[in-house]
Amino acid sequence: MTATTATSPPRTRTSLRGRVSDLLASRPKLLALVLVLPPLLWLGLVYIGSLLALLLQSFYSIDEFTGLVVPEFGLSSYRELLAPANMDIIVRTVTMAALVTLASGVLAFPIAYYAARYAKGRTKAAFYLLIMLPLWSSYLVRVYAWKLILAKEGVLTWAAEETGTLPLLDGILGLPVIGGPSLSVSYIGTFIVFVYLWIPYMILPIQAALERVPRSYLEASADLGARPAETFRTVVLPLAMPGVVAGSIFTFSLTLGDYIAPQIVGPSTYFLGQVVYVQQGTAGNIPLAAAFSVVPIAIMAVYLTVAKRMGAFDAL
Amino acid sequence: MRRTSRLTASVAVAALVTSQVAMAQEAQKEIGAGEGEVAIVAWAGYIERGETDKAYDWVTDFEKNTGCKVTVKTAGTSDEMVALMNEGGFDLVTASGDASLRLIAGKTVQPINTDLIPSWSKVDDRLKTAPWHTVNDVHYGVPYQWGANVLMYNTEAFKEAPTSWNVVFEETTLSDGKSNKGRVQAFDGPIYIADAALYLMTHQPDLGIKDPYELNADQYKAALDLLRQQRKIVHRYWHDAFVQIDDFTNEGVVASSSWPFQVNLLKSQTKPIASVVPKEGATGWADTTMMHADAPHPNCAYMWMEHSLNPKLQGDLAAWFGSVPANLEACKGNELLGDEGCKTNGLDNFDKIHFWRTPVAKCASQEAGCVPYYKWVTDYIAVIGGR
Repeated sequence: MTATTATSPPRTRTSLRGRVSDLLASRPKLLALVLVLPPLLWLGLVYIGSLLALLLQSFYSIDEFTGLVVPEFGLSSYRELLAPANMDIIVRTVTMAALVTLASGVLAFPIAYYAARYAKGRTKAAFYLLIMLPLWSSYLVRVYAWKLILAKEGVLTWAAEETGTLPLLDGILGLPVIGGPSLSVSYIGTFIVFVYLWIPYMILPIQAALERVPRSYLEASADLGARPAETFRTVVLPLAMPGVVAGSIFTFSLTLGDYIAPQIVGPSTYFLGQVVYVQQGTAGNIPLAAAFSVVPIAIMAVYLTVAKRMGAFDAL
Repeated sequence: MRRTSRLTASVAVAALVTSQVAMAQEAQKEIGAGEGEVAIVAWAGYIERGETDKAYDWVTDFEKNTGCKVTVKTAGTSDEMVALMNEGGFDLVTASGDASLRLIAGKTVQPINTDLIPSWSKVDDRLKTAPWHTVNDVHYGVPYQWGANVLMYNTEAFKEAPTSWNVVFEETTLSDGKSNKGRVQAFDGPIYIADAALYLMTHQPDLGIKDPYELNADQYKAALDLLRQQRKIVHRYWHDAFVQIDDFTNEGVVASSSWPFQVNLLKSQTKPIASVVPKEGATGWADTTMMHADAPHPNCAYMWMEHSLNPKLQGDLAAWFGSVPANLEACKGNELLGDEGCKTNGLDNFDKIHFWRTPVAKCASQEAGCVPYYKWVTDYIAVIGGR
């Protein structure tokens, strides 16, 4: 029965539903387009559209006298971006993002390596749980908790007092630029909090990449006489690199855009996200805010291009 | 490009003229039956219905008595309030001094007929014709609450109450024998430049500052220089009231500009904290309940404005927010506020306070014009960044 229906020539249908169905079946590309259209519209209008609107705003300027936005094209907001105080903010944010990424990579790799190569069964489940657990609680709660831990009269200072390492802590806080009156109002504090916040996003991609390195490769490498360090350097690391780069995209971009953590822990100096927030929110200087938000977009565009070259997206 | 902009400009001017003619709005003459609803834009904590703390509820009874269901949209900044009101659909807004004049100038709010509000007579005389809601003798709202940015200090570090803001602006040795460096805070908002200007009014009279919100280029530069000096001794620029409370508890911070809210909260935890308005005076805020030009529920809005002045609400709110009531009857016999509450929250400081206003380029006291607010923002960010 079924065989005869399948082999019989297609009948011309008269109902609308039938015709639409035939049309879609005969043209798979059209079907794909229909399916993809709603998300494409969403992306195009809501996402790209708002980005373009933002870009457009950044070419406007603010009238020096009235403080109103002048909708005429010009580069004055970008010129303002080059002012020393604003360059400071960009350099500060990018440096922080780079350092946080570097530290996360160094800390995450051994953890991911253990989770991928040694943890089995229950231990592995526990590992996943431990890595994900912080993400279950509110971001704000965790940042405030760190503020208490890092406070002048907090746990860390207390521990330093008890162990007699207070001079060491004071020495670290006495360092120029990164030091301050206490850990919670220094760049060191902001750095620690950022690393804590984003490290899960680094561990998971590295672990995924490491799990795809076949054990036989390592054995072959050992059989051919490579010492463990050599195997790590020439086999494991290159194969895990896409994972590291993928993780770094998260840690880098998340640090670049965060505007809450540096407000709670840190020396009160502004990061990119905060400036955008303040400029558009309280100052009404939307052109400058837009110009500022173009900065991370540009940085991330470069970053992603480099990351793609390094095969980061193969590991996702 | 040029042609287009001129066209746009003329269209804008035309629109402005027509709207001015159209919007020469008159205040309502009488209150009809309630519409069953009133929508209010308010600061967080300003309109409580007992959901945060059962004892603080000034909405439920109003709804029962008038049948007007109250919906509240909270806003975090004055700009947000202005934006929400421009969007429309709301009846009332609890606008601070910086937003209120913008709303009046933008014709977003309508004049108020004070005859329809019996409690108007009970409003503190000092607030009745305050310039932030009265323009050309027309009232555009009902005063709600006000407060000062006080100098909060730790009584262990200060044996005697500080008399001047210099303890947060200049490096000195405090009475506990240690320097104030790294132990004081400043507010993390560009409006804090006004606090510096206020300090300079007393300490550098040659600058001729008449109003801390109306600064010419030289006065403004002097204020920024003072703030750059201050940057070296500041522990943190505070932004979040609870972070500041924590800093006074766990970080060894001993002095800062602050709100009565933090002072009351720390005192209630029996911390060695007190506050003062120093001899230079202080900056502060005063909020007004204003009515939208196209309020969808004008009758309920009038009923709320009347309700907003009743002593019970005013006292409860003052206790909750650490502010001072607009109706001084609230200061006596309110259980939550206590008989000393108004004094604690700064009732007697009114004349020392320079109420918060948005600095604009066209200002009354400077012929050459003033430094506008957007400039304050950029420069204050630079100061905090150490420039």
